[in-house]
Formats: sequence, C-alpha cells, structure tokens
Amino acid sequence: MSEFRSSRDGRITDERPWWDTFPWWSLIIVGLLAWMGWQIIVSDDYGLAWERIIPGLGLTLRSTIYAFGIALAIALIAGTGQMSRNVIIRNLARTYVEFVRGIPMLPLIFTVALILVPELTNLANTRLDAWFGWEFKLSFEMRATVTLAVIYGAYMAEIFRGGIQSIPPGQIEAGRSLGLNRRQTMRSVVLPQAMRAIIPPMGNDFIAILKDTSLLSVLGALEITQRARQFSASTFKFREGYFVSAFIYLVLTLSLSVLLGVLERRMSRDRKGER
Amino acid sequence: MNTSGTPVSDTPMSGTPMIQMAGVSKTFNRTIHAVRDVDLDVAEGEVVVIVGPSGSGKSTVLRCINLLEVPTTGTVVVDGHTLTNAGTDLDRVRAEVGMVFQQFNLFPHLTVMENITLAQRKVRGRSRAEAQEMGMRQLTRVGIPDKADAFPRQLSGGQQQRVAIARSLAMEPKVMLFDEPTSALDPEMVKEVLDVMLELAGEGMTMVVVTHEMGFAKAAADRLVFIDEGEIVETGLPEEVFSNPSHDRTRAFFAKILY
Ligand SMILES: Nc1ncnc2c1ncn2[C@@H]1O[C@H](COP(=O)(O)OP(=O)(O)OP(=O)(O)O)[C@@H](O)[C@H]1O
Ligand SMILES: [Mg+2]
Repeated sequence: MSEFRSSRDGRITDERPWWDTFPWWSLIIVGLLAWMGWQIIVSDDYGLAWERIIPGLGLTLRSTIYAFGIALAIALIAGTGQMSRNVIIRNLARTYVEFVRGIPMLPLIFTVALILVPELTNLANTRLDAWFGWEFKLSFEMRATVTLAVIYGAYMAEIFRGGIQSIPPGQIEAGRSLGLNRRQTMRSVVLPQAMRAIIPPMGNDFIAILKDTSLLSVLGALEITQRARQFSASTFKFREGYFVSAFIYLVLTLSLSVLLGVLERRMSRDRKGER
Repeated sequence: MNTSGTPVSDTPMSGTPMIQMAGVSKTFNRTIHAVRDVDLDVAEGEVVVIVGPSGSGKSTVLRCINLLEVPTTGTVVVDGHTLTNAGTDLDRVRAEVGMVFQQFNLFPHLTVMENITLAQRKVRGRSRAEAQEMGMRQLTRVGIPDKADAFPRQLSGGQQQRVAIARSLAMEPKVMLFDEPTSALDPEMVKEVLDVMLELAGEGMTMVVVTHEMGFAKAAADRLVFIDEGEIVETGLPEEVFSNPSHDRTRAFFAKILY
C-alpha cells in the first residue's frame, strides 16, 4: 500500500486521487488511433497505402481463425495426452510440446513449408496420382497457417495442462468417491473450473496468432504485412506502408483485448455469489 | 488385539461384515510404509472411530476402503465386492461408500443443490426432479434447507461440511467414511457437524470415522481403533481404551490428547 499526503488537511491517506487511478493510457491509445485514422482519410499517400493494404485483411483473419482452430484441437489432444495413463501417449505428447516450444517460429515455418510439406505431399502424391489420378496440393498460405497451428498447439497444450492441474486433487477425489468415473469427473468437476484459468491465456494466444500471421509474408502470402512490404517497395513510401499496417493491426488487437476483457468480467460475474 | 468381550466389537454373529480389510499394506514410493498389514472388519451398522498420531496412516487406511489409495498388498471387500480384484467396477462400489473430507471438497462452481444432485443424476441416473427432492430431504436433515441455491463460498465451514455430508447421503450409501470432518472448523461449528454425525450413527449407518473428538467417540463409537506407525495397535470399546489402554503407545498417545 502506498501512502499519499492529502494536500487539504495534511493527513496521510491511502486513498488515491482519481487522476492517479484513471486509465490515461486508453485515452492516449484512442487518441493515437483517431489521429492515425484521420491521416489515412485526409492524406492521398496514406489513403493509397490503405487501399493497397486492406485487401490483405481477409487473409490475415482467415489464417488467424484457421490456425487458432487447428491449434485448439491439437492443444486439447496434446494437453490431455500429457496426463494420459498410457505411457506412450504421454511421452509422445510431451516430446511434441518440448520440441516445438524450443524452436523459433521463423525457421520452423521454413522447415515445414519448404521441406516437410513438399516431402510429405510428394510421398502421398505418388500414391494418390497412381490410384486416383489426383494430386494433393497445399498452398503456401495454408502451409504457414498449419505451421502456426502446430506451434501454438504446443503453447496452448501447456495452458490446458496447467489449467487442469491447477484444480486441487481433493476435487477429483470428491468426484470419484461419489461414484463419478474419470471421464465424468473431468467433464463435470475439473474442466468447468479449469476453464476460468484457461480462457484468458487462450484469448491472449488468439491475439498473438493474429500478429504472427505477419510471418506468412516470408512465404509470399498476400496478407497485411506482405501487402505493406510490396506497396512500400514499389512506391518507396515506406512510412505510409508500415504506418497503415500498424494501424490495422492495432485496431484488431486492441478491440480483441477489449472483447476479451469483457468476456473475463462476464466470467467473474458468473461467480457473483462467491467471494 | 482386543478381545475383551464387547458385543459389537468383533465380527457379528449374523452375516458377513460390511467392510473387510485383510492384510492391507500401503507403501508410497517404495519407501514410505504408511499402512502395515491392517486387518479390520466393520459390521453393518457399526461405528468405528480411528485415532492415532499425525502421520500414523489413519487417512491412508480410510482411503484404502474406497480405493482412493490402491493398497500395495492385501484385500478390501465392501458389501461383498472385492475392490482389490482387477475386474471390480470401482465406480459402482464407490457410489455405495460416501466420503467426507477434512477440507469439505465441495465443488465451488456449483450451487449447493447442484453439488448434491450431480452424482445422483450421473451415477444413479435420477431425473433432475428426483435428485432435487432427495437433495432437499438431505439438506433438511442436516439443517440447512434454505441454502440450496447458495454457492459453497457463501457458507460457513460448518455449513459447508454439512452440505458435503448431505451430498454423500443423497447417494444413499451403505457406508460413510469421515476423515477428520471437524478438524478444519472453527470451534463453534464443530458441534453442528458432530450432531449430524451422531444422528446418522443413531440411525444405524455403518461409519468409519477418523477424528480427534473423543466426545464423539464416547457417544457414538462401538469400537475405537488406535493406529500408530501404520499398524493397528489396539482396538476396543472407547471407554476401555481411554481409561485402561493395554499398550504403552496407546497410553502415551492419550496422555497427550486427553486432559
Ligand atoms: N500420496 C502420498 N505420497 C507419499 N507419502 C504419503 C502420501 N500420502 C500419505 N503419505 C505418507 O504416509 C504416511 C501416513 O499418512 P496419512 O495421511 O495416512 O496419516 P494420517 O494419520 O492421516 O495423518 P494426519 O493426522 O496428519 O492426517 C505419512 O508419513 C505420509 O507422509
Ligand atoms: Mg489424515
């Protein structure tokens, strides 16, 4: 607790004045975004950059949602897999998580997109071609998206595991001693409680994935960052290009943070009987 | 072992015991011998109180009865089902054995009524209405029917423990296990929980109770079991074991806890 001297009567107090607790940063951010938006509206150069970059929004959002969805599925499997009673499943899951988390994203994207996927598709396609006269192709966009999913699947697996393991063992014992089986105890007792620990960091990872879709640009996918690069390189208007892409990312991530905050508050309001 | 002519202490004349533990040992991490070669039979309707120093293995013995701990060796038979056999459906037998914990272990995300109806519906297959009716009956029995819609955290410790008891009773178990049910309570709440347990004992429930409440043992126990270092040292009528223990270890223990 910090103490403040109240100027009025010379007493110390632990009440903080309103200007000390007011979230000024949100005003600054809103002001900054308004100013950036205004630049884009009034300036021809910024306007042009906007027109050239904004078509990448669809791809950015689509990759984010695909990557997050696939990552969620992987995380559920790998997260619960690490707690499996089966020694093989447990160790496979752990290996995946430790392996992927130890490698930076960029080299992993190159490895998957330029080596792993071509080799695997080649392998599959010799058969598919012979049998069905059809070949399997994965676009560079999807290759990078899947890589993102594989990476975030490992991070999110840890969120699942941590959330589930944060539930005191007494809860599981109470469930089992009432005759609930493992699965019922997991579903009705553990997971609902674990969700409170799981949802906020999952939301943060969604935002992180959104930003990391900018890595798709290294494979030439025409998302926001790649379009900004192309615009800047062809017009030499670097400032405008990166200014506009930063603006788009900021609007997206900040509004997602606000949504997430609302969701978290709603979740804690559900516990309004509880202290 | 005690054989001092107590009518209810030994295996009863009629029928097999509700709980039979034979040669049960439990070793943790291959080195910690928490329970050593325990034989304990509990007849139907009998109330057995287990006492012993901290770390002596009381909880582990209790948890071996519903196989929350898997015994390293020995057999556990409850109501005719041999729990230590690989083929036994543990979940079905556990539904017949209620357990009350020191820390209550209510489900904090569910209301009192939801706590009580969850297993009734999932395990017993009762409808919501049936389960709620049974829930209300048990809440009335433990004296807090007005708390059905509260969340556990809104209740006092004594009320939480009574909900935990109601939750177990709603399954209509054949046996109730209590592991220091009043140890986490403020002193003024101990009685309200013990009263419920006394009433239950009076109704003929088979109970195994780990507790330091000697008043409860005197009032309700058919048999007192003293455990030390994982072994049953002495067993007998509560009064006898208090006033005239036949082992030094028992005497030393009661010298410490009784005035
Ligand atoms: N899961 C476990 N892993 C390892 N050791 C354990 C475990 N559970 C209990 N033990 C050990 O087994 C011994 C008996 O423990 P137990 O909890 O049964 O004693 P207790 O008589 O119930 O003690 P208390 O009065 O403190 O509750 C102790 O030495 C304890 O440390
Ligand atoms: Mg104990």
